[in-house]
Formats: sequence, structure tokens, C-alpha cells
Amino acid sequence: MQDIIEQLADKICAAAGNKGSLFIRGGGTKNFYGERCTNLVNSASSGGVLDAAVYRGIVEYDPTELVVTARGGTRLTDLETELARHNQMLAFEPPHFGPDATLGGCVATGLSGPRRASAGGVRDFVLGVRMLDGRGQDLSFGGQVMKNVAGYDVSRLMTGSMGTLGLLLEVSLKVLPIPAMELTLGMPANEAQALDRMNSWAGKPLPVSATSFYEGHLYVRLSGAESAVRAARAKLGGEEIAEGSAFWESVREQTHAFFQACKPLWRLSVKSSAPPLSLPGKQFIEWGGALRWLVAEADGEAAYTAIRGAAKNAGGHATLFRGYGSCAVVFDPLTPGMMNISRRLKEKFDPMHVLNPGRMYPEI
Amino acid sequence: MNTLELVSRLRTFLPLGAVLHETEDLTPYECDGLSAYRQMPMIVALPGTEEEVAAVLRICHVAKIPVVARGAGTGLSGGALPHAHGVLLSLAKLKRILELDPLARTARVQPGVRNLAISEAAAPYGLYYAPDPSSQIACSIGGNVAENSGGVHSLKYGLTVHNIRKLRVITIEGELLEIGGEGLDCSGYDLLALMTGSEGMLGIVTEVTVKLTSRPETAQVVLAAFDDIRKAGNAVANVIGAGIIPAGMEMMDKLSTRAVEDFIHAGYNLEAAAILLCESDGGPEEVTEEIQRINEIMRECGAFEVRTSRDEAERLRFWAGRKAAFPAAGRISPDYYCMDGTIPRRNLATVLAGIEALSAEYGLRCMNVFHAGDGNLHPLILYDANRPGELELTEQFGARILQMCITAGGSITGEHGVGIEKIDQMCSQFKTGELEMFHAVKSAFDPDGLLNPGKAVPLLRRCAEQGAMHVHRGNEKFPELPRF
Repeated sequence: MQDIIEQLADKICAAAGNKGSLFIRGGGTKNFYGERCTNLVNSASSGGVLDAAVYRGIVEYDPTELVVTARGGTRLTDLETELARHNQMLAFEPPHFGPDATLGGCVATGLSGPRRASAGGVRDFVLGVRMLDGRGQDLSFGGQVMKNVAGYDVSRLMTGSMGTLGLLLEVSLKVLPIPAMELTLGMPANEAQALDRMNSWAGKPLPVSATSFYEGHLYVRLSGAESAVRAARAKLGGEEIAEGSAFWESVREQTHAFFQACKPLWRLSVKSSAPPLSLPGKQFIEWGGALRWLVAEADGEAAYTAIRGAAKNAGGHATLFRGYGSCAVVFDPLTPGMMNISRRLKEKFDPMHVLNPGRMYPEI
Repeated sequence: MNTLELVSRLRTFLPLGAVLHETEDLTPYECDGLSAYRQMPMIVALPGTEEEVAAVLRICHVAKIPVVARGAGTGLSGGALPHAHGVLLSLAKLKRILELDPLARTARVQPGVRNLAISEAAAPYGLYYAPDPSSQIACSIGGNVAENSGGVHSLKYGLTVHNIRKLRVITIEGELLEIGGEGLDCSGYDLLALMTGSEGMLGIVTEVTVKLTSRPETAQVVLAAFDDIRKAGNAVANVIGAGIIPAGMEMMDKLSTRAVEDFIHAGYNLEAAAILLCESDGGPEEVTEEIQRINEIMRECGAFEVRTSRDEAERLRFWAGRKAAFPAAGRISPDYYCMDGTIPRRNLATVLAGIEALSAEYGLRCMNVFHAGDGNLHPLILYDANRPGELELTEQFGARILQMCITAGGSITGEHGVGIEKIDQMCSQFKTGELEMFHAVKSAFDPDGLLNPGKAVPLLRRCAEQGAMHVHRGNEKFPELPRF
């Protein structure tokens, strides 16, 4: 395995020598997400792609430690299957978007699924990383323990950095037991009522593990000990949905009908209690109100301004999640101060701009 | 710029009493909770607003004067130890809760607000701020962010990094950064995580938006006694292996148990080689079910005595012993030295056996208390500083414990921070490349190295010397605070 690391490091160094850059690719399931990389190395053999999927496999897993360490190229499916054998899971329920999704891609994009609002996101479960920086240096940060305050939290900085700071070789994650029981309830509600209920429930000691709202229906998933789930079910009312787990999977994997529109799909991450956002198009709400998906009716500068403005007013930000030909920039622009720090961090981790340049912002 | 020039510059916008430079005024700031290290600052500045914080920083930035931020000063690693030629920037006056939003379950607070004050303000809504470091009645939220503080419930409820949403931060240049957001993520790099636990090295926090959690309906604790510490270790692993995430899980060895039982009378079994406290919280049905299961596991793992708290008073009594471990060490020994290592739990028996061997080798007793749920070990080495050479032996002993934690796959600090105390052990835990990257991260925020210089990350040329928390004759800096 060490030889694979050396080959990856050599490729990074070679690209730096050629003043070119590399596009890090794991399973390729999230290529649609983010901007296009710039200045890729023009090489017939690799086409400027750094294949991260070759470094794969679980390094260490001891269920009673609640920690797993796996290589970046490990397929999420394989990892989750192994965890499930021991009745454990990645509690942030990462979206795969395809059978080849890798752990590295999951952490680099930082995307979490329906359980995000109650359990936490990818970044909340990352305990440590081993990575190659833009000079091909093999570095390790964090560790395999739950509590560790030695040094800056570079592991979490790597989470969601879209490969612009380093190639993730290995990641250690906290894992959690699979709940003994889950059931999903559905009930009619208008958007304002749904938002109010989602937020009120979250403030009560209820085992709510996911919520969503779409077309006049509020859905809530309860997870935990059977007694706790039964007690909560009695309190909340509504009808039990027969195919609950299939429903949440369709939300997580975006196979649900809402996501099939083939029009620009915006992801608005906002304050959970923000009132309904009036934007032209259809919406799907998740995460107790903190995530609002929008299939935008219109494209163009006026629409972008309206969408980003609405997200900002609601305390958050908007991302063009799937472009379908839209010309909007993907990520919300940073303030000059934040961009300044981000640029400086990029200079430190990847001074030659070898790794995924432009994948988030042109400057980094 | 000399002291008096700086004083007069600061007094152009700060009130007279908010700029201190006379020795008698500076003395209270010469150390934090790690009182073995003392240093008088050049000046203490006590800004009352974010604008004043920014103005102080701008002046120091231009004049290249070091700045050390300080919250309540309860830290245990010397993170707020002043700089002799620097400004000690106290955030104590920024202590208002600015907004509490029960529906969104967030509170927007200034950095000087006490940890417990947030939970008190949230209590009428059935909410609280989950991280509960032992110093929570006094420590401030700004300091919690700087140290990424945990508590005895962190396995289930997370550390500071899991419980904050947004920060307002002033850079050394005096510029405001809004980091994070009111949603569950933000665009760009996760600087919120990077700031958390950065020990005042990257910026000055002027406002924190914290997440509030619904208070569990009920809680119960199981107290189990074992005749072998390995059996207790197995019980911890089996509880987790059974799919239970306890709200708290604590272990104490025989020396600790005896030391606390002597004056707390918590009802611990004095014959036990180790006792375990395992708490369940949640709805009544859930807690009953979980406590039942925990009881079974303790017995299966060979506990010779298992008791369950029958009411809230008994639950608190069971906990009182654990929470009195540090003062108990102060009662049975003139001095003690507190370590803060983390290890993967499976290596507990090996590490404890190693500590026992070292204890014999150095001829010094060591009490072990352990946040067993998350692998955070607090060995308390008992010594007498008045005996020539004993302090040095203690420091060597401590250094070897931390080295064992690293070898066992753990970390030199789980929750107390590196500060000045463990700066040398950083050389053991990290390689040159990582240490260089830490310095690079710092320089991205603070190119001139003015914020808390000399802390948290060692210069590459520095190494090997040991240091830790020394308490002489029970004279802790904050004797009234429980430490666990």
C-alpha cells in the first residue's frame, strides 16, 4: 500500500513540476458537484486525473471503540456493509449518488443525508485524516480517539474542502450503533405549520432522526429504542408510512420525484426556523427546516440574486447543487476577509495550485 | 512603543479602569488555572465592545505587540499565561447573552458569558447547552471555544465543536470575520472547526452562536464494582458493543475510590479494584430499558456489586464521589500532578498496567480517573514538592505516561489543551511536517505571530522538556471548582 501512496505523491510532484494541476477522482459519483477544475495537466496517460480510488480498504475497525479508519478510495457501500455487520453505521447518512462513491469523496464534498439535523454532519464524525498535501507530503492530523485537542483541527478543515487542500489517503470516523427501531410518520401540513412542528419537535426530548416536507406532507422519522419510538409515535400522531426507509433513501440519493426535474437544483442551507422562502419554483424541505431544496423556475442573474439573497436573509447560503446548464457560480461568494484567509490556507497546503484548483472558487 | 505610550493610546478609547499597568493591578492576571506557570503581562486591556477589541488589536498589530486573550482564566494548560511584553486581552466584560431563540434552539452570546449561565437562561424552555466541562460554573464560552472543551457527557452530546454554529472573530489586523452561519453548514472552508480549539492563536472570538439541546426527561446511573480493572474495561467495551451510547461512563481505580470515599461517602465499594459509573438518559421507558441492559452487562462482565440509583438524590451522590476525585488527591497528598491523555479504550488495561509499573519505578503513587466512554484518562500523580527531586521525578513520570498514550494510539491532551504545559509533548505526537503545517495555518491568520505566541505549537527546535498541572497543598487556583 505504501507504494500506492508513493505513486500518488509522485504524480502530485510531477504535476507541480509541470506547473499543471490534477483533478482528484474517487468513484466519480460527485463530479457534477462544484466547479470545473482549471489548468489540468495535459497528459495522455492520466488526462490530468489523480485516481484516488486505487488506495482503498478498511485499515482498522474495532466496533467497541466506535471508530473506523479506512482508505479514501474505499467504496462507501463496502464500508457501510462492514459497519452494518456489527450493527453500526455512519450516522450522517452520506449520499452516495452511485455505487462507486468513495469515502474520500464523501469527506471531501462534506455532504450529509437526512440524519444531519439530529446526529450531525460528516465534519462532526471526522476524527483524523492522513493526507497528501500539494507538495506530496504524507501528513496525519487528529487521530482515532474521540477527544483530542492537540494541534489545530486540520481533519475537519479538510472536510468539505473539495480536494483543494489535499488528497485524503485515510480517514478515521466515529461510528454509532444502528437504532433498534425506526419508523416514519406522514401527516398533512402547510409549509409554515410543517416548519413550526419540525422546530418544536427538535426542542423536545423526542427521538426524531429526520424530517422533511413536500407538497403538503410532513414526514418524520423516529429512531431509537422501541419503547422510545412507540412513546413518541403516540405523541406525534400521523400515519405510519409503509416504505419509510425507501422514502428516506430516495431523499438522500435524490431519486425522489422532486429531484427529477432536470432544471437547476439549488441547495439553500438556512436557519431551521426561517419562514417559508418565497422563490419561484418547487421546494423540498429537510433537516428540520435547515435545508431547502429549490428547483428554480427561472435562470439568469436576477434569479441568482433572488436565491442567494433569500438564503442570506434566512441566515445561510445557497449552492447551485446541480446546474443543468445554469451559468451561476456554484458556491456562495465569500466575503473579502474570508477569501483572504482561504487563499492563504491554499497557499500553505498547496502552494503550486496542483490539487483541484478552481473546484470551489477561482482563487483557490 | 513603550508601556506608557501604549497605555495612553489605549486610553483614547478605553475607560481608565479598562487599561491596567500597575503591578498590583496586573497580579491577578499572572496565571490561569495552571498556577505553576506565572508571568506578569505588560498591560491588561478590558474592552467592553467588539469595536474596542478590534481597536486594541489594530494598535497591537501596527506596533507588533503580542496579544494573549483570556476568558475566565480557568484553563488547565496555561493557554492564557500572559506575555511579558504583551497585552493581556481580557474578554470578561463582554458577558451579555444577546439573543436566545427557543424555536431555533440557539443562543447568541458574548465570549465572557459563563458556560452554565447559558444553560440557566435556556432552562425555562426545556433546553440547555450540552458541553459541561467540570469548571462550567466559572469558565466562559469564549474559553470553551478556544479549548474545544468537553465534559463528562461528550460521548453522547459532543464537544464544543459539535455545539456551536457561528462565531464573530476579530483578526489580529482588526478585521471582523463571520465564521459559520445560522444553518448547519456554510460555504467555503470549515473555519469554524479550525477556530475551535485553536487556543487563541488565530483570532479573538467576540460572539458565539451556540446550539441548544432539549433536556432529557430523566436520567439514572449504574454503579458497578470490579475486582479487576480489566473486567471493568471489558464492561465498558461490552456496553458500547451492545449498541448503547451512555450519557456518561466513568471509571476510577482503587486508590481514587478510597481517596474520595473517605470524605464524600458516596457509597463506593472499598474493595473494588475499579468502579464504573454508567449513566443513561432520555425518556422514562428508554432509560428503564437501557439501565436494565447495563445492569446485565456489568454482571456478565464479572462485577461483584451492581447498584442502580433509585432517585435523583442517589444519582447525584454516586456522581459526587467521581467529581471529588481531584480534591481528594489534594487531601491525601501534599501535591498532585494531573495528566490528560486519551487512548483507544481497548488499550486501557495495558496503559494502566504501564502506569502501575512506572509508579513502582518512581516510588510515587498515582490515582487514575477515566472518562471511559471517550478514552480520556486523568492520572493524578501524588508527590511532595518539598522533597528535593520529587517534582522532577513526577515530571518524568508524567512525560512517560503521555508517551504511553501516544504509543497506544492516543493523544497527549483530550480536553485541557496544549497551552504552555504540553508544548514539548507536541514534538512526540507530531512529525516535523505536521508541526510545520500547524505553523503555516497560524501564519494564514496571523502572519506576524502576535496572537498568543509560544503556545500550542512548539517551534521545531524546541523539544523534550516536560510540564503539567501542579497543585501544592490543595492550593488550586480555583479550589471552589470541581475538577474531573
